Amino acid sequence: MTVLSKYNLLRLCAVSSLLFSAHVSWAVEADFSGYLSAEYRYFSNNAIDSRQADNNYSLAYEPEFYFDWPEHKQSLTFKVFARYDQHDHERSHIDIRELLWLKVTNDWELRTGISKVFWGVTESQHLVDIINQSDAVENLDLEDKLGQPMVNLKLIKDIGNFDFFILPYFRERTFAGVEGRPRTQPYVDTDNPVYQSNNAERHIDYALRWSRNINEWDVGLSHFAGTARTPRLVAGTNASGSTVLIPHYDLIKQSGLDVQGTFDAWLWKLELIRQTGIQPDYYASTFGFEYTFFGLFDTPADLGLILEHLYDDRSDLAPTPYQDDLMLGLRYILNDEQSTELLLGQILDRHSGAASYNLEASRRFGDNLKLNIEARFFSNLPVTDPTYVYREDDYILAELVYYY
Amino acid sequence: MNRISLLLSCLLIPFVVIAQTAEEKGLAIAQEADKRDTGWKDQAAVLHMILRNRQGQESTRDMHNRSLEVKGDGDKSLIVFDTPHDVKGTAFLSFTHATKPDEQWLYLPSLKRVKRISSSNKSGPFMGSEFAYEDISSQEIEKYTYKYLKDEAIENKDSFVIERFPQYENSGYTRQIAWMDKSMYQPLKIDFYDRKNSLLKTLTYHDYKQYLGQYWRPDRMEMKNYQTGKTTTLIWKEYKFSNNFTTRDFDRASLKRAR
Repeated sequence: MTVLSKYNLLRLCAVSSLLFSAHVSWAVEADFSGYLSAEYRYFSNNAIDSRQADNNYSLAYEPEFYFDWPEHKQSLTFKVFARYDQHDHERSHIDIRELLWLKVTNDWELRTGISKVFWGVTESQHLVDIINQSDAVENLDLEDKLGQPMVNLKLIKDIGNFDFFILPYFRERTFAGVEGRPRTQPYVDTDNPVYQSNNAERHIDYALRWSRNINEWDVGLSHFAGTARTPRLVAGTNASGSTVLIPHYDLIKQSGLDVQGTFDAWLWKLELIRQTGIQPDYYASTFGFEYTFFGLFDTPADLGLILEHLYDDRSDLAPTPYQDDLMLGLRYILNDEQSTELLLGQILDRHSGAASYNLEASRRFGDNLKLNIEARFFSNLPVTDPTYVYREDDYILAELVYYY
Repeated sequence: MNRISLLLSCLLIPFVVIAQTAEEKGLAIAQEADKRDTGWKDQAAVLHMILRNRQGQESTRDMHNRSLEVKGDGDKSLIVFDTPHDVKGTAFLSFTHATKPDEQWLYLPSLKRVKRISSSNKSGPFMGSEFAYEDISSQEIEKYTYKYLKDEAIENKDSFVIERFPQYENSGYTRQIAWMDKSMYQPLKIDFYDRKNSLLKTLTYHDYKQYLGQYWRPDRMEMKNYQTGKTTTLIWKEYKFSNNFTTRDFDRASLKRAR
């Protein structure tokens, strides 16, 4: 299945026979891939803090090593992410995204090690998705995730798939450092986080998920008990006497429902969560649709229209900016050889009028290069909005990625 | 057409062509083609695609696929992309159906996200190529109505020429004209007419080989788009049958670990 030279195969056979006992089949397939990225970000407004810069260069590298024993339905994946950032020492970081042993049978799948899991259906935010911590220093959209240590057993049943997770180690969220942007004011000091659990990051979390597809419907029900992935940020003083924000990680329980109904060009989406543990207990939801005009004006291009309502019943007490917001998105896909895509999004607070704008575009050049452009702008932010801290952090990003 | 006449036309073709309308004969040819290509159970193959624009600039794609024959319905298929490298590991799972809409999921490896996608995109380009999704999806009898036009030899191969009219929704075509090889009952050439009924594309099939002593598969397909001047070559390699695939190899869990 994988692209592999005979020589590599022979070499790996030798290595694998050393690593594994002799009776394990030596028919191993291997695959090395990854990417190198060079990124430039330009912040159009002067920074609030003079220690922050307006221009920022950064390099990232993500190699992946994959070994597969097809006859035994087992595989081993190792993926590392490393970034060097010109200014922000917190953004310069290394993380093991995956170090996973997978065993598959007809009735179950077992994943042991470090990995990433995604749950959910909506586009504007990912409420139900809770297994992995966000690598928030990467991007404000929180879609980059840190590798999560886990044991995950998946049972394949006629009535749906059941996933059981034991999560033995907690990963702290990353935050931009003093020189970093975008960031909160004051900055988040990650050196001394506060845990509700006496076991701190060694508290064992558990999760369970049932998911099923019934014709037009894809449905998931999930439950999580453990350390909140999203910390409360509490103002405090660090060791050197500066005022900083200190992450507090509470113990929570979160139940989630995600549903997608697919009818012709309509995708109807709902994510709903109930979280208890940090007072007040609350409900939050994302509900909306994506409608696509395929073959727009008799061209090969598609235009998708996304509308989602973001709700949180804590209202103004919510630490999230999305208590009663509307997300409007336009997705333009050219369907050309270069896979050119453009996504424009706006999230509008229905009460305060605060808005954030988001543009993501990408295009491939040749077989290995891809150019990503991203822009994020904030407008009309009232002092009470949790994103007020980013009011001067509008930016444009250009990233050139070499894939191999 | 009632069942008995259906049955009769199946039995008598190609020996008797009397008292048969052009529509009946067209359908009978499609049924015979379907009958001869039934029972292959499962299949795996490696695909290489070469896209050329009007100026002759090329770009390529590599992928591998597996499919599972489903009796009385459309097939299940899984396509995994190997190149371009930025989409490596992206996987496309499709449950095709004869009359009701297909079910399709896309797996995005960087996000580890399985997305259920709309299957209305029948006429959209597959991976930026000149092949539309409907061109690569499994061919069920009920998807078209048929009309026999004539016999004609192309490249010294005797063929039935039949016209077929898509009956499923969202097709980009008003009609297709297919040249069906009389000995293999496989297409040698298909002309596609767009929604305005002008000639849009021609697909030709090359280097058929027989597998399991029965099933014919081409080694190469050439698609030419007259309106854009672009062409796509699709090369099929390493056909493998009798893989003992089950529905478990075509579920959403399998999509997440497709390589």
